[in-house]
Amino acid sequence: MYETIAFYLFSALTIGLFLITVMSKNVLYAMTSLAAGMVLISGFFFILGADFLGVVQLIVYVGAIMALYSFAMMFFDATRDIKERNTNSALVFALGGLSALVLVLMFAAPIYSENIKALYPMHESIGNAQDVGIVLFTKYLVPFEVAAVMLLVAMIAGIILAGKKMDQSLTEDLSADDEILTTKDAK
Amino acid sequence: METTLAENLPQVTAAGVIIKAIIILAVISAIAGFGTYIERKVLAFMQRRLGPMHVGPYGLLQIAADGIKLFTKEDIIPQNANKLIFAIAPAITAATAFIALAAVPVFPDFTIPEWVPLLGGTFVPSIASDNNVGILFVLGMMAAGLYGPLLAGMAQANKWGIIGAARTAIQFLSYEVVTGLSILAPIMIVGSLSFVDFNNYQQGGIENWLIWKQPVAFVLFLIAGFAETNRTPFDLLEHEAEVVSGYATEYSGMRWGMFFIGEYANMITISVIAAIVFLGGYAAESMFGWLFIMLKIAFFFFLMLWVRAAWPHVRPDQLMWLCWKVLMPIAVINVLITAIVMMV
Repeated sequence: MYETIAFYLFSALTIGLFLITVMSKNVLYAMTSLAAGMVLISGFFFILGADFLGVVQLIVYVGAIMALYSFAMMFFDATRDIKERNTNSALVFALGGLSALVLVLMFAAPIYSENIKALYPMHESIGNAQDVGIVLFTKYLVPFEVAAVMLLVAMIAGIILAGKKMDQSLTEDLSADDEILTTKDAK
Repeated sequence: METTLAENLPQVTAAGVIIKAIIILAVISAIAGFGTYIERKVLAFMQRRLGPMHVGPYGLLQIAADGIKLFTKEDIIPQNANKLIFAIAPAITAATAFIALAAVPVFPDFTIPEWVPLLGGTFVPSIASDNNVGILFVLGMMAAGLYGPLLAGMAQANKWGIIGAARTAIQFLSYEVVTGLSILAPIMIVGSLSFVDFNNYQQGGIENWLIWKQPVAFVLFLIAGFAETNRTPFDLLEHEAEVVSGYATEYSGMRWGMFFIGEYANMITISVIAAIVFLGGYAAESMFGWLFIMLKIAFFFFLMLWVRAAWPHVRPDQLMWLCWKVLMPIAVINVLITAIVMMV
């Protein structure tokens, strides 16, 4: 009974929060509701008994990804509303049709899902994390390693793009001040 | 590793968990209030002062005076601030700090005596939510707690607040990697993410404590923990000499108090993690195990105050340099060596 209540509570809250994310004109509201929605999604994993995935959702989305969002937020005045210009009606039409289709599929899914069986069911005796690990390093080893290599490539690219003047300290090195001043003068 | 102890214990009921949650809330809030008194006294003695002396014997009632002041102070919301987010932000800090405590064993488990009306015979567990990924859950929840300072700083339409929020993001990106990598080595040795397994692994005397096997990880975790709880030398978010009060500049009254309680609850959480993961935890079979873990937690709490009295605070770029160029490589090497030793 608790699980049913929790499920409907989390569902309503998640949908509501993500609606705010999409609809709100205020950047701060959008970011806050996005983060809160991510936290609540981890609740679904906990309800399903997938503790490990729930915690990973919490750490990855709430911690790492939202930190990146917050860096982007620093470029805005967070207390003001943003003027949106949505003139492309064809795009709105297409997106509306797509979301209607997705809704129909979502409500039709429970009828189909009766036939779905878990390929790698959890073992009660060993922990959640071990189960995930065994599947990751046997059945899904290649996708896992490819994802790791891709992340490594992205990381190296990021370091090369950002690391042009890494040795130079902006606070200690006086020549950095001169450089900032000359660029200001040029403007 | 099997948890044999869990089978001998009575059934955990919803009522027991709720009682436990109320106990955690009440006691940790009270300790957080008392912590301010301890902090002022310890700092005072280290600086050859007396500290609070006037309210009550040895200033003991200073907590009550501070509490009355906090509760009755006018609650100001700045005119141009984003009022909703401004109001929510302190609650995020306080709530996540206490949610993190849900997966941590605090206080012994006990059964309420039968003669108590209504609740008699209810078993109150030592961990409110005993899931098998306890450590990750606590660290993730504490990371989520940083949304409090971040949103508070950006919602208040104040330049010091914005700087505080930016520093929150910087601090988060700096310490998070070190925390994860430093605690990874003990997790590899024990082979579990559950606090109970960590405790059971280190039973049987001081020589079994993980601190002797993982001294590097212990030091790294402590440093990262200081950054995680915004303690000196890493109190960049609210350092008075630089950014007035950082993210808390515009806050007053109870909203500021909630930031405060959240910070102290996080200090206690980090102390509990350090005590259980590295210093042997609680000895479940002996009577005095719970006394010992209280002493260990108190020691880490004292250590935080001690460091605050002894060390100056660092600049944000120094924190980033320290975390990314010094601590992270050491942590990676530590994990590698641990893995090699375990394989051989």
